[in-house]
Amino acid sequence: MEKRELICIGCPMGCPLTVELDGGQVVSVVGHTCKRGEVYARKEVTNPTRIVTSTVKVEGGSADMVSVKTKEDIPKDKIFDCVKALKGVTVKAPVHIGDVIMSDVAGTGVDIVATKHVQSNTLQQADGALNL
Amino acid sequence: MKSYDIVIIGGGPAGLAAAVSARKEGVGSILILERDKELGGILNQCIHNGFGLHTFKEELTGPEYAGRFIDQVTELGIEYKLHTMVMDIREDKLVTAMNREEGMFQIKAGAVILAMGCRERSRGALNIPGYRPAGIYSAGTAQRLVNMEGFMPGREVVILGSGDIGLIMARRMTLEGAKVKVVAELMPYSGGLKRNIVQCLDDYGIPLKLSHTVVNIKGKERLEGITLAQVDAKGKPIPGTEEEYTCDTLLLSVGLIPENELSDGMGIDMNPVTSGPKVNERMETNIEGVFACGNVLHVHDLVDFVSEEAAVAGRNAARYVKGENGQGSGHKIVLNPVQGVRYTVPCTIDPEKMDDTQIVRFRVGNVYKKCTIGVYFDEERVMSRKRQVVAPGEMEEIKLERTKLLQYPNLKTITIKIEEA
Amino acid sequence: MYDVIIIGAGVAGSCSARELSRYQVHACVLEKEEDVCCGTSKANSAIVHAGYDAAEGSLMAKLNVQGNEMMEALSEELDFPFKRCGSLVVCLAEEELPGLYALYDRGVKNGVKDMKVIVDKEEIHKLEPNLTDEVAGVLYAPTAGIVCPFNLNIAMAENAYVNGVEFQFDTEVQEIKRIDGGWELITNKGAFQARYVVNAAGVYADKFHNMVSEKKIHITPRRGDYCLLDKKAGSHVSHTVFALPGKFGKGVLVSPTVHGNLLVGPTAIDIEDKESTATTREGLDELISKAGMNVKNLPMRQVITSFAGLRAHEDGHEFLIGEVEGAKGFIDCAGIESPGLTSAPAIGKMVAEILREKMDLQPKEDFQAGRKGILDPETLSLEERNALIKENPAYGNIICRCEMITEGEILDAIHRPLGAKSLDGVKRRTRAGMGRCQAGFCSPRTMEILARECGMSMFDITKSGGDSKLVAGTNKDRI
Repeated sequence: MEKRELICIGCPMGCPLTVELDGGQVVSVVGHTCKRGEVYARKEVTNPTRIVTSTVKVEGGSADMVSVKTKEDIPKDKIFDCVKALKGVTVKAPVHIGDVIMSDVAGTGVDIVATKHVQSNTLQQADGALNL
Repeated sequence: MKSYDIVIIGGGPAGLAAAVSARKEGVGSILILERDKELGGILNQCIHNGFGLHTFKEELTGPEYAGRFIDQVTELGIEYKLHTMVMDIREDKLVTAMNREEGMFQIKAGAVILAMGCRERSRGALNIPGYRPAGIYSAGTAQRLVNMEGFMPGREVVILGSGDIGLIMARRMTLEGAKVKVVAELMPYSGGLKRNIVQCLDDYGIPLKLSHTVVNIKGKERLEGITLAQVDAKGKPIPGTEEEYTCDTLLLSVGLIPENELSDGMGIDMNPVTSGPKVNERMETNIEGVFACGNVLHVHDLVDFVSEEAAVAGRNAARYVKGENGQGSGHKIVLNPVQGVRYTVPCTIDPEKMDDTQIVRFRVGNVYKKCTIGVYFDEERVMSRKRQVVAPGEMEEIKLERTKLLQYPNLKTITIKIEEA
Repeated sequence: MYDVIIIGAGVAGSCSARELSRYQVHACVLEKEEDVCCGTSKANSAIVHAGYDAAEGSLMAKLNVQGNEMMEALSEELDFPFKRCGSLVVCLAEEELPGLYALYDRGVKNGVKDMKVIVDKEEIHKLEPNLTDEVAGVLYAPTAGIVCPFNLNIAMAENAYVNGVEFQFDTEVQEIKRIDGGWELITNKGAFQARYVVNAAGVYADKFHNMVSEKKIHITPRRGDYCLLDKKAGSHVSHTVFALPGKFGKGVLVSPTVHGNLLVGPTAIDIEDKESTATTREGLDELISKAGMNVKNLPMRQVITSFAGLRAHEDGHEFLIGEVEGAKGFIDCAGIESPGLTSAPAIGKMVAEILREKMDLQPKEDFQAGRKGILDPETLSLEERNALIKENPAYGNIICRCEMITEGEILDAIHRPLGAKSLDGVKRRTRAGMGRCQAGFCSPRTMEILARECGMSMFDITKSGGDSKLVAGTNKDRI
């Protein structure tokens, strides 16, 4: 029987969880104060996943970079492959929250989507203001 | 001179939520003054996820969370000015601001909502000895450079301070190709959220050294390395525990300070513990019609609570300008944080004017395990909340019911304390 | 071949250059750093001493009093901040009061005006309410003052430049050779020749002196650590408060600065390394423990930064100004330690006078004595300010929100003569980044402005020249 200690990341409470495993099978979870804790514990010991956030370059926009994320969580061991896939990626403004920047990143089946609006800078240049 | 019913100083999460709430309360004339190039404040550079679990019941990134509120501000037709610095606010709510197009101008405000946010504590405040080379950044400055401008401040990184921005930046720098060697924390516990320690450090094998600090900084031009040492219970470095780290970057995440220079200037009473204004149940300061919310009031860990608190400020500012504030009873109950509780927001409550439920937020001064949060109405213990663990890095709250407070017409003090088993 | 080469663009070299630029002369300043005011001149107490400290009859005493007298008119002519706030030397023990009177007597002999020894506690506390209750007496010197050390230095250099003196930065003198009719200075940027050389090299002045003279001098870098406090603490004292050295040790000074901060320091630690401007734990702890000796309730929690400077302490503790024996045409301007900043205008005059005499220099008819500093919009009325912003909208754009510095001021700092090329250059000229957040908010913005205005890449923007680059690359460039 294997025991694993985890800290729940489901919310800021950070409940200390203890998971008992037998041959890779979860036998019990204790320490959680809500359903999310148990779900997290079961998943974390069998198939840990994460949302990955990053940035890509924008051309012709009111900002130089746009923030992006994996639309859903991806396997933890795919994090670096995902970031590598974003290297050198440039998108053209305008960009809107939710726009797909890349589909099926690193073979995860998950899309990379924008998390910020970036206007096209042709709209912005009118006032000649320095956008600092 | 232009005048607005409500002028909101700052277009970050607090200012946006306050504006939305005031508008929903029926106030038409609202103006947000924002110094940066866009609304959203610091959320724009917080590209990580984990925002909005309470407010939207889903996990958003900082810009997405800001986006939800910006959309509401736009839909509600609330006015705002960008690139606009507020230079001064007078006690009579005359706001002086400046931007490139309009120069210096004044606005008469019916009510003012202070939502200026906070700044990071700098190296100087810590008195870290050594050289003053390039490569020492506050974590937030580095976050801006990386996340908004796409520049890497350096390649080999040591982070001092395990506040949330420091932890988040440990992961960000790692994912963008830097080597984060260690995160050092002066205190015996982390100032950040547990999930950030798990997801930002543990996931990437970045060591967290508690009770450690930087005792020397090397490199005259660009940072070349730092010396880390263990500290004793008083925070003094222990000789003989020094460890050398070569690095070209030192990020500091050693605390946030509410930016209250404008509030100071207008004569607002400050709480020395939070460095923010003292407020009552309506988030109103000692100056009638001047409200405060968000990190300018006290530093939060979760933006959801900022939004919630700001909504209270916005709603009450609206009632104030509409003259719906009521007379109240003049009954002012003082909140008294003692025994491990460092402060409370609000500082006072008028039971006649409070909402049906009043959330009182506070922080503790140390890590307490298996303890109870005790609430006393004068001498009487009226409430207790068991906690597995409370820590300075995570804000606590209790809820007070109006009906209950009204049962105590002579109540003077509500004491909140940590009771250990 | 130049007529004159000055080694060092610190305050002594720059004042010498400025005074020299009154004459028809082909002169050049060689500076190893990227900007003026990068050594001793940038990290000191910023005090304009009254002049009771230096030994009677010394050159130090003479130039101190002269420099002090010149400062006010000069600050108007060259537009740098100066305030005659007065100083107090605090004596903590009755039996040490004779020490205070001795200072007074020396001051009188040195020509210091209007001094007063005060022993009445009530009177003392009326003058300076936050002085310790233990005070036994003070020496009050109303002629003492405070100055912006950066802008004094920068103003002098700018004015010298406008009047024809050349400046070469990042140029380190490595060797000095005697040549026919003068000197050859070998540098990392090639050889420079001049008939006369002025050695104003601060802590390195002994190195250059000893290259040309058998009679060696020795300069010890004497490190002084300082703490600078937030403007909230700026009015804690209104005079510069010194400690009378006595049974409680040497003490440290507590002074307002011209920009409204509070300065506490310095320590005095003799070191070997002429570049070692690193503060130490011991030094900072010493400051914290000594700071409260003379001033009560000092809010040391309000420290916004600490720094260290090196005094160029010559073994004989005297200014060495004049032609070096056996080295015709090599003029020392060495051992310039406190009261060096105060004395600098008088030092400059003295050096220029030596050169004028030797070369029979003629006045320059079109010499421009005046200089306008960077406009501080806060000194303008609302109408004037709005007119300025209308003409140049950059003055409506705040970049440094702690010190309220606008883009307009930063642009001025970059584009004026001998303009800023680095973050620290901008900071010394405008105070952008010098405030309570210590450049946390404004540095990315200032970097962007520098890159745009100087046509530089962000990768080449430095904190203070050399290898002090601020960004290393772009996201994901190494993965």
